Amino acid sequence: MALIELVGIERVFHLGDSVVRALDGIHLSIAAGEYVSIVGQSGSGKSTLLNMLGLLDRPDAGTYHLEGRDVTTLSPDEQAAVRSRRIGFVFQSFHLVPRLTAAENIALPLMLAGALPDERDARVQRALREFGLENRARHRPDELSGGQRQRVAIARATIMQPALLLADEPTGNLDRATGEEVIRLLEALNAGGVTLLLVTHDAALAGHARRQLVMEDGRLRHDSAAGGLQHESGGGSPAAPVSGGV
Amino acid sequence: MRRADILRFSRDAALGAPLRSALSVLAMAIGVAAVVVLTALGDGARRYVVSQFTALGSNLVIVLPGRSATGGFNPANVITTTPRDLTVDDAAALLAAPAVRRLAPLAVGTSEISFGGRLREVVVAGSTASLKDVRKYQLEPGSHFLPDDDAQRAAPVAVVGAKIRDEVFGTQPAIGQLIRLGDRRLRVIGILKASGQGMGMNTDELVVVPVALAQSLFNSNTLFRIMVEARSRDQIEAAKAQALEILKARHGGEEDVTVITQDAVLATFDKLLGALTAAVAGIAAISLLVAGILVMNVMLVAVSQRTAEIGLLKALGARGGSIRLAFLSEAAMISLAGAMAGYLLGQAGAFTLRALFPVFPAYPPGWAVAAALLTALATGLLFGLLPARRAAGLDPVQALMRH
Repeated sequence: MALIELVGIERVFHLGDSVVRALDGIHLSIAAGEYVSIVGQSGSGKSTLLNMLGLLDRPDAGTYHLEGRDVTTLSPDEQAAVRSRRIGFVFQSFHLVPRLTAAENIALPLMLAGALPDERDARVQRALREFGLENRARHRPDELSGGQRQRVAIARATIMQPALLLADEPTGNLDRATGEEVIRLLEALNAGGVTLLLVTHDAALAGHARRQLVMEDGRLRHDSAAGGLQHESGGGSPAAPVSGGV
Repeated sequence: MRRADILRFSRDAALGAPLRSALSVLAMAIGVAAVVVLTALGDGARRYVVSQFTALGSNLVIVLPGRSATGGFNPANVITTTPRDLTVDDAAALLAAPAVRRLAPLAVGTSEISFGGRLREVVVAGSTASLKDVRKYQLEPGSHFLPDDDAQRAAPVAVVGAKIRDEVFGTQPAIGQLIRLGDRRLRVIGILKASGQGMGMNTDELVVVPVALAQSLFNSNTLFRIMVEARSRDQIEAAKAQALEILKARHGGEEDVTVITQDAVLATFDKLLGALTAAVAGIAAISLLVAGILVMNVMLVAVSQRTAEIGLLKALGARGGSIRLAFLSEAAMISLAGAMAGYLLGQAGAFTLRALFPVFPAYPPGWAVAAALLTALATGLLFGLLPARRAAGLDPVQALMRH
């Protein structure tokens, strides 16, 4: 069973008089454990697609099945619960809460989910160890380097052990070396079984992924797994995805 | 999200913008302090007046000769127009009333006091030993009040007020001295403590003599007043009715006296000043409303400054309800801190007032303090509601882009 199943997803924005079709009939199926990159020019709809997959945005038409469950019809609170347990976000600008320490930022999803303080501390300590942030636990974001900030953000995104990790230009604010380090970290997580979706405009970075999607004007122009133009294929029967991370 | 976590998160958020939070706390504190201090002033005025009245004596019923109430045409008025005198015997008869604890007849006139060549016009009050208890007079050390004996006996003694003592005797000891009052020679046996109060009769400039002496001095049989003290507060009305009944019987069935209760006057003042305090509290409460609006403004600024954070919380799986609760509790914390600070500030202000004016009992009434604290909290929450709803309703995608 596919982790993600998008059928006929449409998203339309009205900007004044003009109508922008940010997503225009997207059919996409992604299996659990895949490593997928999404490239495209700015305005091609790749961020909208990522927001849609992260349940931050609702489609105007079409259905989205996550782990076999139709999540488009869920109430906002139910969607929040799905985000909390199954989806992790990594942003270009890190989005760390400036007044909270690294440990507190990592603990945020656990706190929002109502985890007990003892369990929370144990898991945060483990995450700090795994991401090499032990001696940075009490530092606030402005006392951390860019790479450290993004590691904190990734630790936060994975603390709930989500099935899906959505990374929107995770290296955009980092220098090349640090960026590569962050990508290696994300790939290691993917190797551990997490499905990784990486939005980028960097072709070299996109090349790391086993499956590459190219977006243009709200449509999928290319899917390396399908080996050609994508928008003709039905959402239910894409070419067999490359199994990843197993 | 656990309750303790929400509180901790809100506290950190409030402390994260210290200036903004401190200003809201200050505004709220000023509002609460204003209510506390102003009601302390209003209630202090009420207490002051009440204490002035009780200084006259408590549970007092006062009998005056003559009818002061205006009635319609009454044949009795045509037949008898002059009221009978109110006499010492009338006063003695009132002691038979079960609701009366004690009473003091009062004959008042003016006379001249002279001692060692000094002369002064004074108000002379003729009464009995009971006057001291009825009017709660305080004496200077070494003093005696009028001897406790028959009201008909005119013992040649006098008790003088503190100001009379100062002006007539100067630095000499007054007790034991012989003075001349009108055509009588009297011995000074006591001095009334300076009080400067007494609502209409200044005891500092008073000379008290036995009632029989005063009446013969003024060559009059009638009393100015009979001061009656009821057994208790509940008995005041009974004492009034019984006094009226006894005097009516003694005066040939004619109701030719007026009986007033101090309580009625006091109750009027009490009500009046109570209403004044409530009005002042209401005006001060407006400042609480203003503080509430300020809290709302500050929270709206907080929401717009923390838009990206709200978006992030949503992305991390926070429910709208949790975000709403977090912002509401932040507003509540600011209001609560302001209310507490204002309470302390107000109590300090009332304390300063009491220290500066010791006679003025400026204590804020309990209801006003409770109302101020509750209003502060309620306005804080009420005005926190809109920003909290706005935060909870933010679109996560839009919110995340605002970085």
